[in-house]
Amino acid sequence: MLLQQAAPAVPRTLPDERAARRTLLDQVARLEDELAQLFCSVWPRKGFSLGVPGRGGPRLLSLAELEEVRDELATSVHHARRALSDRTYGEEQSRRLIEEMLLDPEGHKWLRVSNEDIGEPGCKHWHVRPRWSFIGMLMGWWRVVISSGCPLAT
Amino acid sequence: MELQLEEAWVEAELAGDFPELGLVHAPLEARPRKSPPEVKERLRALADRYTGGKVIHMRQDAVPWAYRVFSRQVGIDPDTDRTPVERIAVERLRHGGLKSENLVDDALTIAIAETGVPVFALDADKLAGELGLRLARPGEELAGVRPLSARQLVVADDERPVAIVLGEVGHDAGVTRGTERMRLCALRAKGVPPIAIEEALWIAAETLYT
Repeated sequence: MLLQQAAPAVPRTLPDERAARRTLLDQVARLEDELAQLFCSVWPRKGFSLGVPGRGGPRLLSLAELEEVRDELATSVHHARRALSDRTYGEEQSRRLIEEMLLDPEGHKWLRVSNEDIGEPGCKHWHVRPRWSFIGMLMGWWRVVISSGCPLAT
Repeated sequence: MELQLEEAWVEAELAGDFPELGLVHAPLEARPRKSPPEVKERLRALADRYTGGKVIHMRQDAVPWAYRVFSRQVGIDPDTDRTPVERIAVERLRHGGLKSENLVDDALTIAIAETGVPVFALDADKLAGELGLRLARPGEELAGVRPLSARQLVVADDERPVAIVLGEVGHDAGVTRGTERMRLCALRAKGVPPIAIEEALWIAAETLYT
């Protein structure tokens, strides 16, 4: 006996993407806000990648493209947040090192910490150096020299 | 000074995704000319208000942020193709000031920098019918020379696209030396208060009448 196979049901109307699109657009807006906050927190540090490539806009993106944008923004936010957390931990260590250098210069001979190491703009640095050059080295007279000002442009 | 603000039509598909997107425009009897000293002075004063820190934090301000979000939602990377206000800010930092071009460009620069709202001008005599926002149709071109990709967001009159949203204005609809009547346009995105749109158009018009 030959069984008659039922034809697959064809939807009479296409599914409405509008709700999904609105949700994705809201998510993109929220992630862009987080990225903007991170951008401000990161400044003036260098070496952070916060970029998310465009999609040849301005144009109405498809649902799949909106999902891609959302996912790339989320990845970028996640990476930037983690990189900033790592960097600020290192900066905190550098700040503590400056305090230790100031308390005990002799124990930190020739150490040098710059503004960049503590996440600040400018060219200031803390350098443990001997007072009066060789005499200071022989006598154990060490001090922290704080230098500020960037070298003149050549 | 009277400014008659009009709301442009928005294609249904576009309005479906962006219900608060809009284009407010106003006719203006003004001709392009060299900027008077008062306008150049205003540009200088405006440039002095921009500092590195202000530009960095600009993207967190409500109005510039709203256009950044809209850019991202329509497939633009706002860090590469900057929004008009960020373009002006970066130009100010790079060149140490805002260079005066002509009265129309200077008026638009002042309006954008003061409010963060993208404003542009069209030659009213080169427009046919009502202005609106819609998606580009297959095979359409801007000013007959620049092909538009399908579903690209454009400002259009009844006959053709006259500008790309947040982008260039077609040379067949833009303001030229021969322009006698203009139409000032301001793009509205979600999160931008109506007062900011009105203020942008008023500032541009007031500067053009200087």
